[in-house]
Amino acid sequence: MIDVLVIGAGGAGLVAAISAKEAGANVTVVGKSFPTRSQTSMAQGGINASLGNVEEDSVQAHIKDTLKSSQGLADEEAISKLCSQAEEAVLWLDRIGLPFSRTKDGKIAQRRLGGASGIRACYAQDYTGLKILHTLYDKASKLGINFVNEHFLLNMVVEDEECSGATFIDVKSGEIKELRAKSVILATGGYSQVYFGYTTNSSASTGDGIAAALRCGAKLSDLEFVQFHPTALKNSAILISESARGAGGYLLNSNNERFTDELAPRDVVARAIDDEIKKGFDVFLDIRHLGEGFIDHELPQERKLAITYEGIDPVVDLIPIKPVAHYTMGGIEVDEDSQTFIKGLYAVGEVANHKVHGANRLGGNSLLELVVFGREAGKNAFSYSKNIDLKNVTSRQLEKDIKNLLDIQSYSNKLDFYENREKLGKSFYENVGITRDEFVLINTLNEVKQMQDNVKQMGAKDTSKVYNTNLLEFLEFINTLEISELILLGAINRKESRGAHYRVDAKDKDDEKYKAHTISYKDNNQLVLELVK
Amino acid sequence: MNIKIDRGSQISEYEVPFENITLLEALNYIKTKLDATLTYSAGCRSGVCGSCAVRVNGTEQLSCSYKLDDGDSISALKNAPIIRDLVVDREKMLSFNVVAKAWSSDNSKNISISEEKAEVNEIQSDCILCGSCYSACPVYAVNEDFIGPFALTRSWRYVSDAREEDVQQKIESIQTNGIWDCTLCNECVPVCPQGIAPKQDISMLRSRSGILGFMDPNFGGGMDFGGGFDGTPNFGTPSF
Repeated sequence: MIDVLVIGAGGAGLVAAISAKEAGANVTVVGKSFPTRSQTSMAQGGINASLGNVEEDSVQAHIKDTLKSSQGLADEEAISKLCSQAEEAVLWLDRIGLPFSRTKDGKIAQRRLGGASGIRACYAQDYTGLKILHTLYDKASKLGINFVNEHFLLNMVVEDEECSGATFIDVKSGEIKELRAKSVILATGGYSQVYFGYTTNSSASTGDGIAAALRCGAKLSDLEFVQFHPTALKNSAILISESARGAGGYLLNSNNERFTDELAPRDVVARAIDDEIKKGFDVFLDIRHLGEGFIDHELPQERKLAITYEGIDPVVDLIPIKPVAHYTMGGIEVDEDSQTFIKGLYAVGEVANHKVHGANRLGGNSLLELVVFGREAGKNAFSYSKNIDLKNVTSRQLEKDIKNLLDIQSYSNKLDFYENREKLGKSFYENVGITRDEFVLINTLNEVKQMQDNVKQMGAKDTSKVYNTNLLEFLEFINTLEISELILLGAINRKESRGAHYRVDAKDKDDEKYKAHTISYKDNNQLVLELVK
Repeated sequence: MNIKIDRGSQISEYEVPFENITLLEALNYIKTKLDATLTYSAGCRSGVCGSCAVRVNGTEQLSCSYKLDDGDSISALKNAPIIRDLVVDREKMLSFNVVAKAWSSDNSKNISISEEKAEVNEIQSDCILCGSCYSACPVYAVNEDFIGPFALTRSWRYVSDAREEDVQQKIESIQTNGIWDCTLCNECVPVCPQGIAPKQDISMLRSRSGILGFMDPNFGGGMDFGGGFDGTPNFGTPSF
């Protein structure tokens, strides 16, 4: 019997699995792709810890910067835990073999990222996430952790108000299966793909875990807070790391003028760029003055990406950029043990809202979050599982999902969901993006509801059982559509501006009314939205 | 542009009305506009997740980084079972990382590593496990137990790590069906999208093996190494 089932095999899932396994648990990690293909591989800049290897820094300064950037929407205790455990988290990564870049005197190298008062982000060139993910994967292999790859999450199994597994499509066979476990950790990542075509994220970031959590009765929070990364390549929306600005890169408009503090928090920089674009300017990142030697040594991936996807060489050219959706601060509401509203169901990483980012995440804090909270979530889920006695019987959820899937495959296919996916992405970028306005939000909500009503007239055209990515993309689209409504309800309800949520019709922060979390959940199939202080 | 895709039982041809696009953009266009049954893997679209390796006119490429030419022929990677269209089963390839014990022994304490030493395995740790090197490897094509390029590169990535304390165990695990089976033919080198040279890493592992007393079994000749070279040499007892 599985003690801890980890769903999602990115950084957070792997850390949780490693920590549960080391505590003695029987662990299985299940994911819709392969561990090393996860979103974590795309993190570039670094992982924060106030080691002070380059200049003086302190845990207090890290806490202060994180709190400031969160704009009153974070939990001070959670941030304090995050920052005070940062050094141990980074040293643990070092111990398990992460090849950090080094300073001249042999210490872990650090660089400056936006919103940070110190030089704080530990890095491995601009492949920090990639190298963390692969090192974790190797560590998990060493421990003999069981991986079940290419299984697409459908729903959580919740019986007698306790979560005891989940249902999946086995992608290779098309079979619908369940994996039962005494405890479950969701680590399936964020929902930036709601902004289809306008996100730095992998095509897999479709919020499958958040949608499944919502459907099983868990609570979600602060979904309206979506971070826009200031510098994605203009044509492809591919990320150019903040470390380029941390190293001294400038932002320029088409008049060759700098127009903002490049190292302000991301929400501020993204809005400044958005303003320039709305004035009719193009916006560029300029790192030419850093020199070819530095760029090749510290930012090799950025150069490669700019050449491949934008056809320009940043050593000699300006890099055309635009801000796009990058990280979703909102997620599944969890307590200090990473447990969700459903007993036995835990969540960690971008899928969860541990309230350490609040209204705006700082660069370098998400890789840190997945280590600090991942380690705890693994242990907590295992302790919980010790008191669970699970009978090995088939769940009602499995029967339900087998039937559901048959239904979905009989949808009429009169409307093309790919077209709708594109429409939704564009609409969200334009209307629920860097700036928002109530009237426009309400119109977009109507558009989303219309799309939801039309889902049964869409469907998968491919009828194959084997590796049916057409069907999976349709199910992913349904998940994003479910989450879209909650983002909008939260954004409409929050008549103020705070961090990444910026309302042109309510430009100030209103602490009296809105220094509170947007909690959303389903009660008897009805969506409920509450502000909770 | 015209694009041909080998789908096992048939070759499908499509017209894609764009210039200067990546293969992945073309595949996405085909899937969403022309043929929803076309099946391939993709993820980050920026060359770091390793999902989308295929062959273009016989040569391994990442779909997301390859710029499409008119008339290109696309097929799945070689040396792995095809699940459907361009999707292959990579479980077996990945299992070689375990065979090679390609991980840190993590007994080491937080130690200082010079900038120079840290750069020794910088490029090896850029590997994205896309599988292009296994597709191109003629040894793996005939010996399905050959540990293979990315797993051996990964072995060297840990063996060469200044923090690693148990090199011996790693070296032992790559002697059989490992470094000595490679013919150093270089096929894996040009196909690596990350510019890694597994061949070179294998050569480094051979030198390190030599230092630790392991020998190339192929040079056994008529000599008695005390291990009994009946195809299963006794590497546990190095001969000097």
